[in-house]
Amino acid sequence: MNDLVAEAGVKTLPVTVLTGYLGSGKTTLLNRILSENHGKRYAVIVNEFGEVGIDNDLIVESDEEIYEMNNGCVCCTVRGDLVRVVEGLMRRPGRFDAIVVETTGLADPAPVAQTFFMDDDVRAKTHLDAVVALVDAKHLPLRLKDSREAEDQIAFADVVVLNKTDLVTPEELADVEAAVRAINPSARIHRTERAGVPLEEVLDRGAFDLSRALENDPHFLDAEDPDHVCGPDCDHDHHHDHGHDHAHGDAHHHHGAVSPIHDATVTSISLRGGTMDPKRFFPWIQKVTQTDGPNILRLKGIIAFADDDDRYVVQGIHMLIEGDHQRKWKEDEKRESRIVFIGRELDREKLERSFMACQAQA
Amino acid sequence: MPSVAPFDIDDYCVAAAFLGDTPVFAAAGGLVHRLDGTGKASEAHDGLLCASLDADNARLICSGEDGRVTAIAADGTVEELASIGRKWIAQVAAGPRGAIGFAVGRTAYVRLPDGTLKEIAEERTVEGIAFAPKGLRVALARYNAVALHFAAAGGKPVELEWKGAHTGVTFSPDGRFVVSAMQENALHGWKLDAKGSDNRHMRMTGYPAKVKSLSWSAKGKWLASSGAPAAVVWPFSGKDGPMGKAPLELGTRGDAQVVAVACHPAEDVVAIGYSDGMVLAARLADKKEVLLRRPGKGPITSLAWSADGKRLAYGSEAGDCGVVDIAG
Repeated sequence: MNDLVAEAGVKTLPVTVLTGYLGSGKTTLLNRILSENHGKRYAVIVNEFGEVGIDNDLIVESDEEIYEMNNGCVCCTVRGDLVRVVEGLMRRPGRFDAIVVETTGLADPAPVAQTFFMDDDVRAKTHLDAVVALVDAKHLPLRLKDSREAEDQIAFADVVVLNKTDLVTPEELADVEAAVRAINPSARIHRTERAGVPLEEVLDRGAFDLSRALENDPHFLDAEDPDHVCGPDCDHDHHHDHGHDHAHGDAHHHHGAVSPIHDATVTSISLRGGTMDPKRFFPWIQKVTQTDGPNILRLKGIIAFADDDDRYVVQGIHMLIEGDHQRKWKEDEKRESRIVFIGRELDREKLERSFMACQAQA
Repeated sequence: MPSVAPFDIDDYCVAAAFLGDTPVFAAAGGLVHRLDGTGKASEAHDGLLCASLDADNARLICSGEDGRVTAIAADGTVEELASIGRKWIAQVAAGPRGAIGFAVGRTAYVRLPDGTLKEIAEERTVEGIAFAPKGLRVALARYNAVALHFAAAGGKPVELEWKGAHTGVTFSPDGRFVVSAMQENALHGWKLDAKGSDNRHMRMTGYPAKVKSLSWSAKGKWLASSGAPAAVVWPFSGKDGPMGKAPLELGTRGDAQVVAVACHPAEDVVAIGYSDGMVLAARLADKKEVLLRRPGKGPITSLAWSADGKRLAYGSEAGDCGVVDIAG
């Protein structure tokens, strides 16, 4: 069990983790990040130079090296190669503004993400900005059937880029999007062709920044409909395409049900309660992450504590959790607590019951 | 009173060293600066990642982001020893009789004294490399083990297994011990001449941070380490090394971490560099401390004594380096 403590004062560089299967458009997106005129310089850590067609001193090749920590916890893994490469890059920090890590198609995103929380040296100089998953709209149904990694990548993502939408029918797209939503109700989804997502939608998101994370997400666990897991209507202001209403209607067929193309092993459990008693909530969240940590891929929550005027935000990866006061509750905001768990073999009934038991006595 | 000659290289100092009488400072950008009155620098690399002193030949062996290994002489001459293409060479070590070891990903290379390049494949990334004092034997630190190879002869390596990620390695000066630094804030040691496997292992734990700097005392009786608010110095004089013994803690501070250590070449004295740039010297016998340099702009990255032990070169992350003249 590691508690994550937000470090204030020191400016650290943002790191974006790019996941996605072979053929999902990762390389196209990387090439755009490296070549487009966006006024920022990126150091990019790749598995092989070959795919990236751009010659750039700031592209570093690195073999994925997963290290299990000697603390008895099987989910406490880090990417050893990243520790070394990030340390090397940060010795010459003036050369770039941010780092992008490309993972192999089959990679489990957890060790990459955990590296930025568990390694003190890496944490002192960088912070995880967001995990971005590229998804091939055409092939996702097949991927979800034959691999656990495709599911993990979506479950882990803060931003899902649903790519190659031109290769599927509107109905197929709606089904794919519903499948993504069923796995991960809190990610932002962007529909694109040829990885043409605006770069500001994938870079510098602050998805792991407790003061920003859930602020970008006005509909996080939509207060009016906490079990809502279905499609683009719970997507946000960025969804400008004309297919919106259409997809919305379609997606409602799957409301509250498992998507037809998703053989669910990952599920999300969204809980909503009233104001919480911190003396009950903290021991509860500690216990849940300790006992169910291996099965929890991500968790995010906004908690209202009794007699506290500030929103408390919490997030976690497996057994790592961090939390902090974020900002004052606004006058017109309903003071309630919302939390989502994304993972496998989670006991909804037990989580809900124990979460509710943390509520402050009225 | 010690006197300090400051020398600002305006870049992260990867390593400070003495080449003969000349203090040199290898910068992350790739320049190797000389503090010899000329203030000149050699362009060694496009991005310098690691450096190791070849004391016998008074040269600094460097490796870089440009996939090259170079030797820098006291007069600033740069000689390229190897070039393996566009890969980061993050590990390099100077060995006996001019041998050089370096590693890229899962491959280690040893350049023998005659210039032949030997390739050693490991199953995991080689995170640390060190030569035994004699016999062209290299230790390669990797996940779950340190592997000992005879570089020239080849053959099956001796695998010193211990679960976890080994990120650095060193041989004791008498060659009896191998000690690795680990990802989880600990050292692990092996007694190479142990009979049976029971008393072979040495666990040295309790560090609040990763151990980045290790230094053996003059006669190999002590191993000094960073990674704590004090320099942690383990006794290796007994036949079982530090087993069952407590380490010395020298130069303890409440407001800074020890990030670099360097034992004096003759006396049982250790130079201690801190995260705020301060440098102390402490005597092992009575823990007496002398301030050598006040806090500076950045954490100390490297400390190196001159061969006669009268001067100490220090490098920092912020580039505010210098040389301390102990006698003043």
